[in-house]
Amino acid sequence: MNDHDKRIPQTVPIQSATFTNPINAEIRRAAATGIYDIRGGGAKRRVPHFDDLLFLGASISRYPLEGYREKCDTRVTLGTRFAKKPIELDIPITIAGMSFGALSAQAKEALGRGASAAGTSTTTGDGGMTPEERGHSTKLVYQYLPSRYGMNPDDLRRADAIEIVVGQGAKPGGGGMLLGQKISDRVAEMRTLPKGIDQRSACRHPDWTGPDDLEIKILELREITGWQAPIYVKVGGTRPYYDVALAVKAGADVVVLDGMQGGTAATQDVFIENVGLPTLACIRPAVRALQDLGLHREVQLIVSGGIRTGADVAKAMALGADAVAIGTAALIALGDNDPKWEAEYQKLGTTTGAYDDWHEGRDPAGITTQDPDLAARLDPIEGGRRLRNYLKVMTLEAQTIARACGHNHLHNLEPEDLCALTMEAAAMAQIPLAGTDWYPGKPGTSY
Amino acid sequence: MQTLDLATTSLREMNATLQAQKDQTNATQWSIENPRGAHAIAVGLDAPIEVTVRGSTGYYCAGMNKQATVHVTGSAGPGVAENMMSGTVIIEGDASQYAGATGRGGLLVIKGNAASRCGISMKGIDIVVQGNIGHMSAFMGQAGNLVVCGDAGDALGDSLYEARLFVRGSVKSLGADCIEKEMRPEHLEILRALLERAGIDAKPEEFRRYGSARKLYNFDIDNAAAY
Repeated sequence: MNDHDKRIPQTVPIQSATFTNPINAEIRRAAATGIYDIRGGGAKRRVPHFDDLLFLGASISRYPLEGYREKCDTRVTLGTRFAKKPIELDIPITIAGMSFGALSAQAKEALGRGASAAGTSTTTGDGGMTPEERGHSTKLVYQYLPSRYGMNPDDLRRADAIEIVVGQGAKPGGGGMLLGQKISDRVAEMRTLPKGIDQRSACRHPDWTGPDDLEIKILELREITGWQAPIYVKVGGTRPYYDVALAVKAGADVVVLDGMQGGTAATQDVFIENVGLPTLACIRPAVRALQDLGLHREVQLIVSGGIRTGADVAKAMALGADAVAIGTAALIALGDNDPKWEAEYQKLGTTTGAYDDWHEGRDPAGITTQDPDLAARLDPIEGGRRLRNYLKVMTLEAQTIARACGHNHLHNLEPEDLCALTMEAAAMAQIPLAGTDWYPGKPGTSY
Repeated sequence: MQTLDLATTSLREMNATLQAQKDQTNATQWSIENPRGAHAIAVGLDAPIEVTVRGSTGYYCAGMNKQATVHVTGSAGPGVAENMMSGTVIIEGDASQYAGATGRGGLLVIKGNAASRCGISMKGIDIVVQGNIGHMSAFMGQAGNLVVCGDAGDALGDSLYEARLFVRGSVKSLGADCIEKEMRPEHLEILRALLERAGIDAKPEEFRRYGSARKLYNFDIDNAAAY
């Protein structure tokens, strides 16, 4: 029994805004284990995003297109600068690079099936190209990563495009990791590593540094592949103006720009949440770099990192992207973090929507695992169907918006179709604050 | 002997000609004249042909080679024989940095010295260097053999996986998780065969073997300082 005099008002317990419960829990976890927290996915913190932009739609000054009668094209061609065989896609939504190893073979197959059915491309990852993936992907982009796991000239020539990965949004400046529990016999063989060890991928390419070397590396890859396949350069969102300009200078056909909401299979949480730029902040500087070089649209820009809906697709394209790439959203379409696995998520100490221990290989949905029993839970045919449906819906949504803005092609969306809801989004996207013709940093203004 | 003169033939034409050779080709002997340090010479070959590059090359000579024997009479720029799959590459002079990087098979012989990061991330290639090698060589080496008849620079075999390193001379320092290991009879046999294939007269017994201590294979907080 509290003997406090109830006539005297008590102070109310106040939780610290600095030492929050999640922060305190992490301090206790670190103190107990001595290792930083590793997880998958992208930044979870709130950052200015596409949600902070709105489309204006047409009215008197612009007229809209009829929703179900007038054509709104979605096709995109990637790699028109130097490649003899550019990639032609039906929709401007591609599947981002995710490795076999990080994902099960069934998941990779499902991604290939879904992407192919929707008329778009999928991408290998830090583990080489699998026959399942090649066989089920009509358009397959082959990643060229610092680790070079499984790299070989035959797969290079089998690829429809080559993506030189300099960095990714979840961990710009960082290498990869695949913990030992996911290094199965097959993964180990593909990567020339002992089974069960923690696999570390270097943060820099082993045989080139800097843009001048990159230009020579691109020359080599073109010579090996006979200048047939487009060469993409993927960078994490950090200094988008300069990185895009340097990638173009080095000879890229396509630049892939990944913001900090872009996912990873595994890296340190502190890295994911504290390094890099929000996707929204990356696009306009990247487009400006292309425009300054006179190569906007000739060198295509693919934007990734937190793309979830057709509205996000339309907004990225209105800001100047030629296409987008999705990773996390594609996994969710396959069944990642599905509420039907809630009981199993609870056993793992997490809950639906928050499961991010993709590196542990215990994914109840059977996607981010090499456990044969768990992986068998994902039917690649059904998964492919779900992904196709999702891609189709995103495309229809983007078309709906484009028509409402009066455009007969998604590429005709433009910054003038947008307004911003917050000062931060206005500044990052260089889009006027809603109801004004101003944004922070607008040329000719003093703010 | 077929001759391709880079003074009059484009790089693309030269590589396309060599890449077009098939397993059963009768044109097995090729000479590349006037390389003048050009990059990406004789890359992506996939036939049992012999190519002699008469001079020195730039970056990535013989990159991703399969089956072919590429003989450079001069020195080679960075990344010679990078990601080689099979075949043989011989450099009469010196090789710049990243020689044999990520190579998955075949034999790379460097008659002179190799600069830094020789055999970086090697994945099964055999590399024999008659001279010295620079720092950070065999960094993250996964598989294969690196034989150094001279001295090795700093941080040899840093973060090494399962590649074997043999050095006859001194090692300035070993990288994280790289240790000297016992030279057992089977290693002497491997080394003898490699020296013989490389055409180098040296006694296997004069070499020391280095390999991974395997302490970094799974994260251990007590090894955090090594990361």
